[in-house]
Amino acid sequence: MRGGQGAAEARVLQFTNCRILWARAGVCGDLWVRGGRILDPEKLFFEERRVADERRDCGGRILAPGFIDVQINGGFGVDFSQATEDVGSGVALVARRILSHGVTSFCPTLVTSPPEVYHKVVPQIPVKSGGPHGAGVLGLHLEGPFISREKRGAHPEAHLRSFEANAFQDLLATYGPLDNVRIVTLAPELGHSHEVIRELTTRGICVSLGHSVADLRAAEDAVWSGATFITHLFNAMLPFHHRDPGIVGLLTSDRLPAGRCIFYGMIADGTHTNPAALRIAHRAHPQGLVLVTDAIPALGLGNGRHTLGQQEVEVDGLTAYVAGERPDPLGPRSQPAACPLCSQGTKTLSGSIAPMDVCVRHFLQATGCSVESALEAASLHPAQLLGLEKSKGTLDFGADADFVVLDDSLHVQATYISGELVWQAEAARQ
Amino acid sequence: MKLIILDHYSQASEWAAKYIRNRIIQFNPGPEKYFTLGLPTGSTPLGCYKKLIEYYKNGDLSFKYVKTFNMDEYVGLPRDHPESYHSFMWNNFFKHIDIHPENTYILDGNAADLQAECDAFEEKIKAAGGIELFVGGIGPDGHIAFNEPGSSLVSRTRVKTLAMDTILANARFFDGELTKVPTMALTVGVGTVMDAREVMILITGAHKAFALYKAIEEGVNHMWTVSAFQQHPRTVFVCDEDATLELKVKTVKYFKAPPQVNRKGCIYSTNFGM
Repeated sequence: MRGGQGAAEARVLQFTNCRILWARAGVCGDLWVRGGRILDPEKLFFEERRVADERRDCGGRILAPGFIDVQINGGFGVDFSQATEDVGSGVALVARRILSHGVTSFCPTLVTSPPEVYHKVVPQIPVKSGGPHGAGVLGLHLEGPFISREKRGAHPEAHLRSFEANAFQDLLATYGPLDNVRIVTLAPELGHSHEVIRELTTRGICVSLGHSVADLRAAEDAVWSGATFITHLFNAMLPFHHRDPGIVGLLTSDRLPAGRCIFYGMIADGTHTNPAALRIAHRAHPQGLVLVTDAIPALGLGNGRHTLGQQEVEVDGLTAYVAGERPDPLGPRSQPAACPLCSQGTKTLSGSIAPMDVCVRHFLQATGCSVESALEAASLHPAQLLGLEKSKGTLDFGADADFVVLDDSLHVQATYISGELVWQAEAARQ
Repeated sequence: MKLIILDHYSQASEWAAKYIRNRIIQFNPGPEKYFTLGLPTGSTPLGCYKKLIEYYKNGDLSFKYVKTFNMDEYVGLPRDHPESYHSFMWNNFFKHIDIHPENTYILDGNAADLQAECDAFEEKIKAAGGIELFVGGIGPDGHIAFNEPGSSLVSRTRVKTLAMDTILANARFFDGELTKVPTMALTVGVGTVMDAREVMILITGAHKAFALYKAIEEGVNHMWTVSAFQQHPRTVFVCDEDATLELKVKTVKYFKAPPQVNRKGCIYSTNFGM
């Protein structure tokens, strides 16, 4: 692994001529790496009296922490919610392909599935460090089945569940052992949810509120029990109402535990959230915004029909919706509130196919925020959500050297994990 | 001595940096012959350091065969404290140039035996063949390095207690809190700097004007330790207009006179052909 005995003897890499947009402690100027970690060059200079063994010129490009995707259901034809014989290869394929999107760590996400699927799949996706083989797996995100029927979205109704009297035991019976699980999305209005939230939290599992009809009070209570995340804000929850803001109201609630930051996922693909809504959320609570892709198996493939767990999905351009719903023959004009994003007549979006770097660029353009903020939303904030900010999502000294090299328009030019080049754009290869 | 008067801080910084650059280039250092440079800290030399970094980045100057000896360091301040002189040198100079860490020497204010550390520093200077050019600044109380008023003019590297004037002047680097400012420092002695083959003192700003007056128009006096350099064979004072405010008009006119009047055989005229 990284660090350890041989670290002091390991080669020192100095990345020069780069712009580090990271207004925090640690790096200012060149990025130094040794033994897979970011190194403090001043310490190296005065204590070890050493210079770099190798210098790499970044061509004046931007250097940022690697992106972290905490909600991704599959991609490139791989569906994490399918109980195939070789789940590992599917995860490995996605892990390798998302390197080109600048993602260095991710949480493979399983949508609502029958228990057999969880029992078969979950043990096959262990936490794993990233490297040339692909982005690191931080743990699984189990989205459902303990969610609201009304707000199930594209999740199959037949497999939804609620907690019985032995709430946490029900959860264990459904999912199996939780060793590989990092995040669980559930609806807090379900009975016995609070004991489940507390139990999951004490086990270090992040509880996220989503696919729910909870009002603000219920959501606040869930946060007091331990919930720290909101799954794809605005989508699959009650809309904001000025007398009961619902889950959305958590962004500005004054009834949360002191010092606790509530994080919220945002799918900034240009489809799931109107840019004005994105801006409202960002302006209300910029520190909690976490960019997620919610990518489905169709990511990286063309238009057409694909699966998502037990559901069929139709992809058209950058939009994915539940297949089989008859499109409105009269087209958008017959829609009372013309939603430009659902021109096919169905309102049930079904995940997204926008890669993470596309989401970052769209987020930057839609909110007009600083480049630093956009990059933090895809790196630092998800790391903070998972309590990993000392080693991931940051360019602080001692952190894992997972970073991306970006051009001025935030297109990924190169991806590094543990200081090793794991992906490079064609143009940059010359 | 030579007194070089430039209009503004930026020009004074540039003149000083060019002087250092040219001296190094003319010396033609190599693996058997290092150029030994004494260096200061503080706000005065910042402009000069920026220019030197620029010359390195342009390819006009390399510090590969340069050895640097800093004048001083606080006692008891952690090396990685943002206000330590180690941090200052790293952030403002070393990290931007091609100097090898083994060729940099800064006193260790956290050494177990402070006087032994000071003695060892003197030995290191001797081992390096003495200082070719010592660059320094001046405190508002006329001190060179931390040789506070009352310091022996033949002193060597040692521990010094800082004067109130110095602590007050440094408080701005410690959030204005006097209690946070270190009260002791390790410093090269007046004698140590006098041993250098050449000395260049940078003095800019009106708040240094009185000290400059005391240093060059009054006598040699241990209350204004920079005055010791009146007895050094090769000293250059580089200042801006504001720093000359307390000098006699006659002094300023003399040193600002055109080259043919007083620059006999000297290649350091005000426009120095650069």
